Amino acid sequence: MDAWHFTEMPYPNLPPIDSLSTMRVSLPNKLFDPKIGADLYNRYLDEYMIADDLGLNLLCNEHHQTATCIDVAAPLTAAILARQTSKGRICILGNPIANRGDPLRIAEEMAMIDCISHGRLDVGFVRGVPYEIFAANTNPTTTVERLWEGIDLVVKAWAPCDEPFNFEGRFTQRRAINLWPRPYQTPHPGIWITGSSDLENIKRAAGRGFVFATFLQPHEKVKWMFEGYRSAYRDTGLPGGGGTAYMPLVYTAETEEEAEKGAKELTWYLNAKAEPQYRNPPGYVPVDFNVNALKGTFTGRTDAMRAKTMEFLKEEGVMVYGTPDSVAKQIKRLYDLVGGFDHLLMMQQAGWLDHARTVKSMSLFAKEVYPQIRDLPRTKPLESRAAAE
Amino acid sequence: MSTSEGTTSSVKVGGLTLEVHRRGAGKPLLLLAGEEQLELDAPFVAELARTHEVIIPSAPGFGHSERPDWITSPDDIAYMYLDLIDVLELRDVVVVGFALGGWIAAELATKTDRSISKLVLVDSYGVKLGSPTDRDILDIWTSRPEKVLAAKWADPAMGKRDFSKMNDDELTIIARNIESFARFCWEPYMHNPKLKQRLHRIKAPTLLIWGEKDGVISTSYGEGFAKLIPGARFAVVPGAAHYPQIEAPEAFLSTLRGFIG
Repeated sequence: MDAWHFTEMPYPNLPPIDSLSTMRVSLPNKLFDPKIGADLYNRYLDEYMIADDLGLNLLCNEHHQTATCIDVAAPLTAAILARQTSKGRICILGNPIANRGDPLRIAEEMAMIDCISHGRLDVGFVRGVPYEIFAANTNPTTTVERLWEGIDLVVKAWAPCDEPFNFEGRFTQRRAINLWPRPYQTPHPGIWITGSSDLENIKRAAGRGFVFATFLQPHEKVKWMFEGYRSAYRDTGLPGGGGTAYMPLVYTAETEEEAEKGAKELTWYLNAKAEPQYRNPPGYVPVDFNVNALKGTFTGRTDAMRAKTMEFLKEEGVMVYGTPDSVAKQIKRLYDLVGGFDHLLMMQQAGWLDHARTVKSMSLFAKEVYPQIRDLPRTKPLESRAAAE
Repeated sequence: MSTSEGTTSSVKVGGLTLEVHRRGAGKPLLLLAGEEQLELDAPFVAELARTHEVIIPSAPGFGHSERPDWITSPDDIAYMYLDLIDVLELRDVVVVGFALGGWIAAELATKTDRSISKLVLVDSYGVKLGSPTDRDILDIWTSRPEKVLAAKWADPAMGKRDFSKMNDDELTIIARNIESFARFCWEPYMHNPKLKQRLHRIKAPTLLIWGEKDGVISTSYGEGFAKLIPGARFAVVPGAAHYPQIEAPEAFLSTLRGFIG
């Protein structure tokens, strides 16, 4: 199993959360102090470099117009890490290809980062969370189609070609496509994709050999998604590397008491709030989901999580915290509960969790937990059709 | 959501199936519903059906009408309605459009001067009048739900809907309507940059009717819209907001009757 360090690069230096109506989209940017921002950026990058020294892999992402994540350009972070680190793999999870609207620019950036890092890059693609629709002004009813058309174009553009080609799709029209540079890895970097409820999307990812990643979900649901992935993996054959990835909040400490305090800091992320009009833009989810929303039986994932206790979240595998042995035990339990997985993505920093405590937690994890879980076997396709059903 | 009287049929138009409601008898009146399709059950339609054959198509993606991927704008829908006018063999048709339906009606009227006898646009979107940073039309998708409700209704209680009393088909239509409205009107927001340059082509006598208190698109927007259509008149319905046909049906009907007979 591979372990990855992750922070969303939060900007926690805000007025009391209770006094704010939102932390996303419409939180006035006068509340951003560039001097604090400068320190935060450099601190978070330092932590990635420490993670690299500790033997962890490095995961980054991007969001827009939000205090929860001031990494607004994951390719910039990945490019810095490509140059300033030397060992760990670097994964962008992911490129919001539907929202960025120019798949070829993303293909170029990824190829360049892959070359600079000598092939340490994994390239994730995401549809983007609902809030992202507003900052990008993407039509919320077509993001899934944009995502897949964009990915297909990127993969085609990465391949060696004898002559330029034209692309006339539903969302992108380009001429004389001929990417310089090509990616360092052949045929291209590993591709990752995220998802939650859309099983068709998950199977499509599996069929193409993409790694499937999901975040902060109860273990029963993770199992359901991973089994869907593995069944399609077998049914359709395996064209690429593939695999499964799961992200909990993780805090490792010398004592249980210290761990609980650190984990408590991480729940800042779960408490990030947004005004109602930003949570479910029209047509972002399918009609049948919105029918349930009208009935009041469908709410967002983080809304559901927010209401729960830490003990409950620990039981569900959404949070992992404790002494090194306890953390290793929790991860092995989660691994067994969901049918195994390949990548442990750890949000080890969120909110006000400071540099010293973040580094302490990730160091303990790397030295005392990672050796206990590193050799957990990679997940395999399900053996029988019955197991998938 | 269905008309309490009349018939509902499926009509094949240009390779896709549109749901079309019909009520009453008399001269044809093509009623292009707003994005919420609140007009279908509204009392003013029953009154209109006393003198006209009221024909109410559900736009692609609304009601039970199909929504193929190639339809991306109200302009595209207007072409479907050109076909509908041909298929139903409508002549001298009065076209009355509400909100999104008014926008489609304006697009339609720029494309034909043969079939439309009169055009009525009620609290309609479709053009951009101000500068890039002017908010011509309230951004309903970044405004708090209660603000949107207060903008649409002079009496916000009128706009409250009890979803718990609706069946799955009714809720599915509401969800489809919300989704399709965004599909067609998200960007450019609620307008077609080309429509302003095409409105001079409208030959049919035109009346714009506006709710005095419309907080989504103000009466000054309505007046500006009217100035772009040759000879168009502009009338205000007092005491109503975005839906004068629902909030002040008598005053609305009297204004409408004064124009279409």
